[in-house]
Amino acid sequence: MLKTFGTFVLFMRGMVTRTERFSVLWNRTIDEAILIGVDSVVIVSIVSAFIGAVTCVQIAYNLTNPLIPQSTIGYMVREMTILELAPTITSIVLAGKVGSSIAGGLGTMRITEQVSALEVMGINSTSYLVLPRIIAALLMFPLLVILAMLLSILGGYLAGTLTGVMTSQDYIEGIRMDFIPYNIVFALIKAVVFAFLVSGISSFKGYYTTGGALEVGAASTGAVTNSIIAILIADFALAALLL
Amino acid sequence: MIEVSNIEKSFDGTPVLKGISCVFETGKCNLLLGGSGTGKSVLLQCIVGLMKPDIGSITFDGTIYTNSKVDIRQEIRRKIGMLFQGSALFDSMTVAQNVEFPLQMLTPEMTPAERRDRVEFCLKRVGLEKAGDKMPAEISGGMKKRVGIARAIAPQCTYLFCDEPNSGLDPATSIKIDELIREITHEYGITTVIVTHDMNSVIEIGEHIIFLHQGKKLWDGTKDEILNADVPELKEFIFSSSLVRAAKKVDDESEGGLAAITENDTYGSGI
Ligand SMILES: Nc1ncnc2c1ncn2[C@@H]1O[C@H](COP(=O)(O)OP(=O)(O)O)[C@@H](O)[C@H]1O
Ligand SMILES: [Mg+2]
Repeated sequence: MLKTFGTFVLFMRGMVTRTERFSVLWNRTIDEAILIGVDSVVIVSIVSAFIGAVTCVQIAYNLTNPLIPQSTIGYMVREMTILELAPTITSIVLAGKVGSSIAGGLGTMRITEQVSALEVMGINSTSYLVLPRIIAALLMFPLLVILAMLLSILGGYLAGTLTGVMTSQDYIEGIRMDFIPYNIVFALIKAVVFAFLVSGISSFKGYYTTGGALEVGAASTGAVTNSIIAILIADFALAALLL
Repeated sequence: MIEVSNIEKSFDGTPVLKGISCVFETGKCNLLLGGSGTGKSVLLQCIVGLMKPDIGSITFDGTIYTNSKVDIRQEIRRKIGMLFQGSALFDSMTVAQNVEFPLQMLTPEMTPAERRDRVEFCLKRVGLEKAGDKMPAEISGGMKKRVGIARAIAPQCTYLFCDEPNSGLDPATSIKIDELIREITHEYGITTVIVTHDMNSVIEIGEHIIFLHQGKKLWDGTKDEILNADVPELKEFIFSSSLVRAAKKVDDESEGGLAAITENDTYGSGI
């Protein structure tokens, strides 16, 4: 465990020493950002809209006390999705999608000697292959989380009004109540931390794959499970530290 | 000329290379011959710098490579071209992009037009001028090897390393790849090191042969000397090949020897 962590730190350091030319890395980062970001918009949208909808309906179901105003539902949907559901659920979804593709891609490159081919050319393979993936993740996760926040609040609105549990005035009043801008900052900090964990762990798993196709599959699975566990631990740690 | 002196390498206490010293001559096809698992690939990886030997040193034309400063190593690496066993083409790029890749990375001073010319030249040299737009997944194993060779020679390498260039190819294609490697070696006067366990290659292109057995160098010499070598392990290795047994028979009967067999039985099966 400690040895793995040490190897991980060295892996990260190797990535930023003797890097390739900026223009090369920039082009690679854009390519990866498209893979990570654009290709994940649909799944993140679907998940976050439904999470918002379900949250709204369930809170409405639990709020039976007539003394509590209906607008509280909107308020609670906003608080829950912005603080916890949007950043964490989105990152867990991305751990499955992005994490497995990073680990699978790097693992395949490793076992087919494409990584060695880069090294023989004198190219720092971690800087060329891993750094752009991590930077792309750091850029795209927060954007996807912002999208998820908006869509889950929208999902809550649609669910609340279409099922008739509340009026649209109540919901809109609720989501504008006692707004704390720091919560958005906190959610984006979480997104950046989760992005680093998912892309870093998955790259590490993929880059150090040995063996054959079976091991590439194992590396992908390992990347996803380890990323999700890391996200949940970091989620707790950040809440304890920053709230 | 590449000089390897006293290389030792072990994995988790199991020695794989047990003190190997040898010389690879400039302008020749140098063959590293030996059975599977004798450490040929490990030695090759130590030489090109993918692996660090435990003991020993490697010198490229007088410049020490092992344990040198990063800049010196980098300078030598730029002169190394390598053909991998599975070709190791970048599967997200087209054939032409694969060949252009080392130029883009290593010689940023080249203009895009110069790079395109060089890619065209290299693809033509390996007989693939029409396959530039194909993806690696769409071409055959022999073509992949050709692309691998084109990519290796694109930055005008001084040293060419090939790990089992014939693996997975039919005998006719194998010979064509062998010949291509020999032609390129002679044309550009590069130092070529070829890992093989195939006696066909020895007969075809072996100019300087180094025989490895269980992590040790047991013999080195030319292909004309190899049949008379007085090393039991080498004899056993050579005569496990039916082609060579046939050659030896011809040799005994008519003094025609290996020359006769390479002319008459080019497509004979290997080991
Ligand atoms: N990275 C490695 N880690 C541990 N053992 C290895 C490694 N690479 C090769 N070996 C071992 O070294 C021995 C020689 O392997 P290799 O050089 O690939 O043989 P070959 O002569 O067939 O190319 C084998 O027994 C192999 O198991
Ligand atoms: Mg081998």
